Amino acid sequence: MSIFVNKDTRVLVQGITGNEGSFHARQCIEYGTQIVAGVTPGKGGQQMDAIPVFNTVADAVAKTGANASLIFVPPPFGADAIMEAADAGVKLIVAITEGIPILDMVKVKHFLATKHCRLIGPNCPGIITPGECKIGIMPGKIHKKGSVGVVSRSGTLTYEVVDQLTRLGMGQSTCIGIGGDPVNGTNFIDVLEAFQKDDETRGVVMVGEIGGSAEEEAAMYVKAHMTKPVVGFIAGLTAPPGRRMGHAGAIISGSSGTGEAKIAAFKENGIHVCENLGQIGRICKDVF
Amino acid sequence: MKIHEYQAKALFRQYHVPVPDGDVAFSVADAKKLASDLGGFPVVVKAQIHAGGRGKGGGVKLARSMEEVETLAEQILGMTLVTHQTGPQGKLVKKLLIEAGQNIQKELYLSLLVDRATASIVIMASQDGGMDIEQVAADTPDRIIKIYVDPLLGLQGYQIRRAAFGLELPSAAMKSFSALLSNLYKFFVANDCSLVEINPLILTSDDQVAALDAKVDFDSNAMYRHKDLQELRDLDEEDPAEVEASKFNLNYINLDGNVGNIVNGAGLAMATMDIIKNAGASPANFMDVGGGASAEQVENAFRIILADQKVKAVLINIFGGILRCDIFAKGVVDAAKKTGIKIPVVVRMEGTNVDEGKKILADAGLNLTSAVDLLDAAQKIAAAVN
Repeated sequence: MSIFVNKDTRVLVQGITGNEGSFHARQCIEYGTQIVAGVTPGKGGQQMDAIPVFNTVADAVAKTGANASLIFVPPPFGADAIMEAADAGVKLIVAITEGIPILDMVKVKHFLATKHCRLIGPNCPGIITPGECKIGIMPGKIHKKGSVGVVSRSGTLTYEVVDQLTRLGMGQSTCIGIGGDPVNGTNFIDVLEAFQKDDETRGVVMVGEIGGSAEEEAAMYVKAHMTKPVVGFIAGLTAPPGRRMGHAGAIISGSSGTGEAKIAAFKENGIHVCENLGQIGRICKDVF
Repeated sequence: MKIHEYQAKALFRQYHVPVPDGDVAFSVADAKKLASDLGGFPVVVKAQIHAGGRGKGGGVKLARSMEEVETLAEQILGMTLVTHQTGPQGKLVKKLLIEAGQNIQKELYLSLLVDRATASIVIMASQDGGMDIEQVAADTPDRIIKIYVDPLLGLQGYQIRRAAFGLELPSAAMKSFSALLSNLYKFFVANDCSLVEINPLILTSDDQVAALDAKVDFDSNAMYRHKDLQELRDLDEEDPAEVEASKFNLNYINLDGNVGNIVNGAGLAMATMDIIKNAGASPANFMDVGGGASAEQVENAFRIILADQKVKAVLINIFGGILRCDIFAKGVVDAAKKTGIKIPVVVRMEGTNVDEGKKILADAGLNLTSAVDLLDAAQKIAAAVN
């Protein structure tokens, strides 16, 4: 078992003929992911390597039975691409695109509430079930099949955590980057709930950062609903208030969104807090 | 992207959101001319900087005569204004807003912002205007009215009425308030704002409402579709090194410490700053070169950090995913050749093409210290500066 994706997931790539889209589609295929279609408006009928390219997501779904989408389109077209995938019946949408305007995402989020699909991201590295399916831009080879679930708001920070886990012999069930934007699709709680239900996952690493209150809400969820151990880390304790730390969502506004408040919430709710990123692997080894 | 109060008020006028008469002055002569055009006293002289708390810092004053306008303009223009938001170094005042004084019956609070948890625009209103709203929220949360607007439907009439009655406005002010809130919402959406805050919103003695202050922040990610708003950016208000970094699409924030650092990815960059602090040193900056940086971007990032006089050592922490370590190493070598490295540099590199990257650094014969992992890197960098 794993969550959200496995070896049977059939993936289409929106923006497959662009630089990033083609590069990462090939990387995913190399990892073993079933990339069954690409979508680039105006390039329908062409092929990217051996992958058929369609003009619309609806065409791609009808012809190939794709049930997941990986999105690489530029930010001005990001919201439109997500809605197109949702409207075509795609069940899992992974949006890598960084820089989608927040008011676009606000509309997308309300639109998605009327559809039966899951959005991961935007501004995220994607999702990987080691050994089965990679839908994203993470380096595949640092991952190892196993029983630790990883959920994070960051990209390279997640790679760091996964690398430490793998080096210490702890493989992963599924790793998900939920993205660094203030308004995103899947949140910590959605993922924690899925990990709790997943037989293969024995423990979870949750990697948060400053900004918003998603970590605090997740911490309360952990205490109320989870029996599996959770290790938590928060990035940005030294970040100054009022400044956007790279990610659109990583900003302390007044007194809200501080790292201290998140760590306090973790501790109060029984999450094992890692204070120094260099030790997260060892802490997981102790806890799991 | 922040703008000045005078710019925000000019935009408000275009959207028929009432503001006092007034305009921006760049000199004492400008200030006197504007005050004379207003045709009466009192006149308000307001320092224009990108920070709140200007009143308490002595940057907002009332002038009752032309002589006072002159004295105050001379005093405030060119002063270094220190507020709780500027930091101890303060900000140099280069512009003034000269505005007609108002007859105030009551001070209110009104703001619009994007609420992350509900993914909607939230309107916040309170009768406790002119105060620190965070304090009001902490002490008397029931004094704040919150209205969540469905972005697909827009602001509804009943929501405006809820705000108006909640603020206990006199019936004569209802029409004026309804128009203001409705127009402010249109302004927010049409211009991709991330925050609009009016504190205080005033009820005048003749039962009209007007924005006495105006704080506007735009979503930087949406500025590609607002060329007109991009022109409102004031580079004087930004750190020169940060402006330079933004030209190369580098996420850079200048901080107080002495350990420069270069990292790929925002989360890892924040965590690296924290690790530096944990090891007993202090970060001089936040620098995220991004997931897919080019050698040129890396070179510029390194150049900007080395040019920072307070930096006594540099920690490079790269986890190569999309950004390959060999590309990164090439950027470091290019920058080192051009500017020279006179301070200790600790490199921790991992991930895609790490062996090629390490070879490039080794072959360049640079004086670099390599670290095996994060803990090792933190200890080496702390040892270098302490």
